[in-house]
Amino acid sequence: MSATAVPTGKTTARTSDRAAGENRLGLKLVAPAVVVMLIVTAWPMIQALYLSLFQYRLTAPDEKEFVGLANYASVLGDSLFWQDTFNTLLIMVVTVAVELVIGFVFAMVMHRVIFARGVIRTAILIPYGIITVVSAFAWQFTFSLSNGWVNSWFAWLPGISSDTNWFGDHWPAMFAIMVSEIWKTTPFMSLLLLAGLSQVSEDMIEAAKVDGATWWQRLWKVILPNMRAAIMVAVLFRALDAFRIFDNIFVMTRGAQDTESSSFLTYRQVIEQFQLGLGSALSVLLFLSVLLLAFSIVKLFRVDLAQARGEG
Amino acid sequence: MQSDTKTKAGTAVGFVLILVWCLLPVAWIISLSFKGAAETAAGSPQFLPKDPTLDNYKTVLGVGNLSSGDAPDPAVSDDFLRALLNSFGIALVATLLSVVFATLAAYAIARLEFRGKRLVLSIALAIAMFPVVSLVGPLFDMWRTFHLFNTWPGLIIPYMTFTLPLAIWTLTAFFREIPWEMEQAAQVDGATSWQAFRKVIVPLAAPGVFTAAILTFFFAWNEFVLAISLTSTTGSRTVPAQLSFFVGPDPFNPPYGQLATASVVVTVPIIVIVLLFQRKIVAGLTSGAVKG
Repeated sequence: MSATAVPTGKTTARTSDRAAGENRLGLKLVAPAVVVMLIVTAWPMIQALYLSLFQYRLTAPDEKEFVGLANYASVLGDSLFWQDTFNTLLIMVVTVAVELVIGFVFAMVMHRVIFARGVIRTAILIPYGIITVVSAFAWQFTFSLSNGWVNSWFAWLPGISSDTNWFGDHWPAMFAIMVSEIWKTTPFMSLLLLAGLSQVSEDMIEAAKVDGATWWQRLWKVILPNMRAAIMVAVLFRALDAFRIFDNIFVMTRGAQDTESSSFLTYRQVIEQFQLGLGSALSVLLFLSVLLLAFSIVKLFRVDLAQARGEG
Repeated sequence: MQSDTKTKAGTAVGFVLILVWCLLPVAWIISLSFKGAAETAAGSPQFLPKDPTLDNYKTVLGVGNLSSGDAPDPAVSDDFLRALLNSFGIALVATLLSVVFATLAAYAIARLEFRGKRLVLSIALAIAMFPVVSLVGPLFDMWRTFHLFNTWPGLIIPYMTFTLPLAIWTLTAFFREIPWEMEQAAQVDGATSWQAFRKVIVPLAAPGVFTAAILTFFFAWNEFVLAISLTSTTGSRTVPAQLSFFVGPDPFNPPYGQLATASVVVTVPIIVIVLLFQRKIVAGLTSGAVKG
């Protein structure tokens, strides 16, 4: 359009009438989205907070009884809760760490590849788009004792033979669950890292090269520090996502061999045992854990939240 | 020169490894879907089927006769096709509504000055991190009271909630790239803010809206926790829930082939969308989280 147009769109000379109108329009436009976002989250969470103070079973609704913080006491005093919390944290730490490495390699390759970019993009987006339940089945069948190919392909590795029962023991089952989680979610990580990688200026890398920096030095001293923000946002999102792991465990083990996660425990109390009071206490604790985790990651790694929120 | 050759070789090796890693599990369920019930029951750890058969597809989709001469079990295909209908219906309605609401909100965030803008973005960020399982108990209770339990709207409403943040981010990022002089020109010509939005910006923003719609659809198509908690019959159960509960007549011998076949069928739409719109999906996924 005309060269005189103000690109920022912020006209300084604006009557207060116009500003008030804009304010009203803005609120009107965001209102439906905000209402839908809060109606299914804020109100039920308040409900959960309230219900968590009662002994309340759906199968015996008449015996609803106020018990104060007793539900929290019984949850926090139960070793199963801590076992599940530990499992969840372990899955989170391991999968995010592995995905960071694999995802970065993916991003490097995608960044460098000059041929068949469409092919690699398609390949990477298929695990991203596939249903998690399908991924869980695919990997469950991969590790299956009677019908899986892992045992026959990897029998040369120590500890793996044709009768290795991956779902018969805690650690192999956890391993299978993590493989499925990593396969399904690495693409998301790698695409965020790719976006960060493409922001690192080629000139800077070239300059380091001219100065005699090795490939390894360029990676650690130039590339990684310059894509720190992208890495942190990717870690924050993936860590919180991994902490909520549910689908893979539900399909692959149903929590057998002590592979239950915090989300699975909460689900089981509410939907399978109808323990709405105890389940609500677990819901509140899970919510608080996520809050604490998000806060710690943001503080610990100094994540730029304005960037995560999409504020330029 | 030597390091360039090395980089090129490394990239080529990486390229192949990525393809294998991403596509092997997909190839595996496709291969498994062609293995007959007798083959998997006897145990068949080899990758490719010994005796490829279409029986699983006939059973899951409810067409034709099996190679052994029996008719496919109609209950299997009825449940699966009903779940497929539920999944499509729920995902499409949730996507449509979510994208409309997100478009309005993102326009306001990208373009207008109003109080509470930061609050809206913070709410969106908080919702994106929300542990969905926390809601299962109270929602289960509330939905039964409001007669939303085991209905389409009972899933559509929470799916909108959890897709709005991503849709709002993606759209806000796209809206910031739009040449706003055009809107100002329209306003100079006498159009109101609303008219400028509808007549000028909407056509320009359509590609961004479409991208947000794809990402939203993927979420709704994939969602599992709420799908198993807020439904109880095939009347509104979606594909992921239906698959997870499908164990067949013998719990000690799950119907590998049929599960793999159903998995392949529900993955086909994803592959088609990815093939057609890969560029848009990548742009959408990265625009929301990293400024570009």
